[in-house]
Amino acid sequence: MITVEHLSKRYGAHPAVDDVSFTCAPGTVTGFLGPNGAGKSTTMRMICGLTPPTSGSATVDGVPYRRLGNPGRRIGVLLDASAQHSGRTGREVLTLAALTMGVERRRVSESLERVGLNATAAKRRVKAYSLGMRQRLGLACALLGDPGVLILDEPANGLDPEGIFWMRGLLRDFADRGGTVLLSSHLLREVEAVADQLVVIGGGRVVAQGAKDELLAASGVVVKALDPGALAMVLARIGLTGTTTTDGGVAVQSNAETIGRAAADAGLVLLELRPAGSGGLEQMFLTLTAGDSVKEAVR
Amino acid sequence: MTAVQIAPGPAVAVGDPGRRTPGIGLARLTLVELRKLADTRAGLWLLMVIGVAAAGTAAIQLAVSPDAELRFDSFLQFGLLPASVLLPVLGILSMTGEWSQRTALTTFTLAPARNRVIAAKLIAGVLIALASLLATGLIAAAANLIAIGQGGNGSWSLGAALVGQTMVGQVIFVLEGLGFGALLMNSPVAIVAFFALPTVWSILGAMIKALKPVTAWLDLNTTSIPLSEAGMTGGQWGRLGVSVAVWVLVPVVLGTMRTLRREVA
Repeated sequence: MITVEHLSKRYGAHPAVDDVSFTCAPGTVTGFLGPNGAGKSTTMRMICGLTPPTSGSATVDGVPYRRLGNPGRRIGVLLDASAQHSGRTGREVLTLAALTMGVERRRVSESLERVGLNATAAKRRVKAYSLGMRQRLGLACALLGDPGVLILDEPANGLDPEGIFWMRGLLRDFADRGGTVLLSSHLLREVEAVADQLVVIGGGRVVAQGAKDELLAASGVVVKALDPGALAMVLARIGLTGTTTTDGGVAVQSNAETIGRAAADAGLVLLELRPAGSGGLEQMFLTLTAGDSVKEAVR
Repeated sequence: MTAVQIAPGPAVAVGDPGRRTPGIGLARLTLVELRKLADTRAGLWLLMVIGVAAAGTAAIQLAVSPDAELRFDSFLQFGLLPASVLLPVLGILSMTGEWSQRTALTTFTLAPARNRVIAAKLIAGVLIALASLLATGLIAAAANLIAIGQGGNGSWSLGAALVGQTMVGQVIFVLEGLGFGALLMNSPVAIVAFFALPTVWSILGAMIKALKPVTAWLDLNTTSIPLSEAGMTGGQWGRLGVSVAVWVLVPVVLGTMRTLRREVA
């Protein structure tokens, strides 16, 4: 269980995170979405007590992170897979974590095996690891203390498609066994397949959150007409505006019945009328967070 | 305790919400920090160089020193030189490595009580200084046995006071290194500052007459010299104490405050 309440972080006049609140319940995977620089990592660091918030609070299982005592036994954290001493071997990194948490040493080998790092890889220094291998090592470290909660910042970075598929299965399974997962990504497609809940953040603020299915349902319909010009007029008449999708359809924030009736009244021939689904969510994601990436790029 | 079985198998619940997770004890953290001193390539090499250099000083003395000087205490004094120069570097890296290698992210995520982590690093530094003293003692003893065989002086006499003073000296410089590392948080800057600042201060003290009374109290290079001679006076301890406060205590305290406040990214 992760509870985030009115969390804010300012750097000078710049609000990196602005009044963010959400809850991650046991048995669910929450996808934390936003473009680069939206405040995802800052929020996660505040949850983990690494960055002091300007205001607001965050708890894990009802306790502020810094008062968890031995947090590794309750919550597995992977914030940056590259943040490891390049001169240590993979096995040594896990051994240090096991010693710190007071976990049996044999779990180190189990953990390495679970994430697919074999004995040869474990003996190599982290310097020689690819980003994908570092992510696996980080995940092994996060799982080492048998936690009930996982916080992962962009864990799919550097993983190959097979690795991403494997990780999805791992996280889904973790949640199905009563675990709580919060994972961030800047790619909707990446978390869509595994998340139950979505929290979308842009410019430090939560712009949308809720159950994935509800968000998908609320993302409107896609309609395609024989005469696109006439469709635009019909939509304008009932006070709706659409955005053209890549395949020539028009995404509209409305439901199928409204559009269907309006089209029938106008004698319009429709070629397609369907829920926008993830395409709509992606459209929403882009619209809601538009401009942030540009700002990030020029900063 | 239940295990997370990620591979398909019986649905065992993850974690255990009722599990009690008391804070991580200082002893365990110290053990981890001791291990971290030697489990990287840089750390291991430093320790090996110290050991080889200590043996090297003994070999050089056996080869060139006059027979009268081939005694246990002189083997020990020279043998400790490499450690007194290089162990502080190990201390510096112990603190700065967390930031330069970004391991602070893992360290402080697993052990959020940062003051306890710093305390563990300081204790680990003291322990490694004492261990190096013990190891150098063994090397010096071996060298002295050889010296006796060569017809050297071979005296074993070593006052308890001198042992204590030597111990204090070794510990002071490791703690100074740890303090510089904690305060400056950057390996090259901390290493350069550790070696250059006290030297510059000593040179200034020697060049500028007006500074002389000040450096007599605040120049650790000067005030630590009596540590190598038996029978330190109260006044000498006093001057040492003052310079240790400036060069060791102040960096450790300020460095701890900085570490507690710094945002980990």
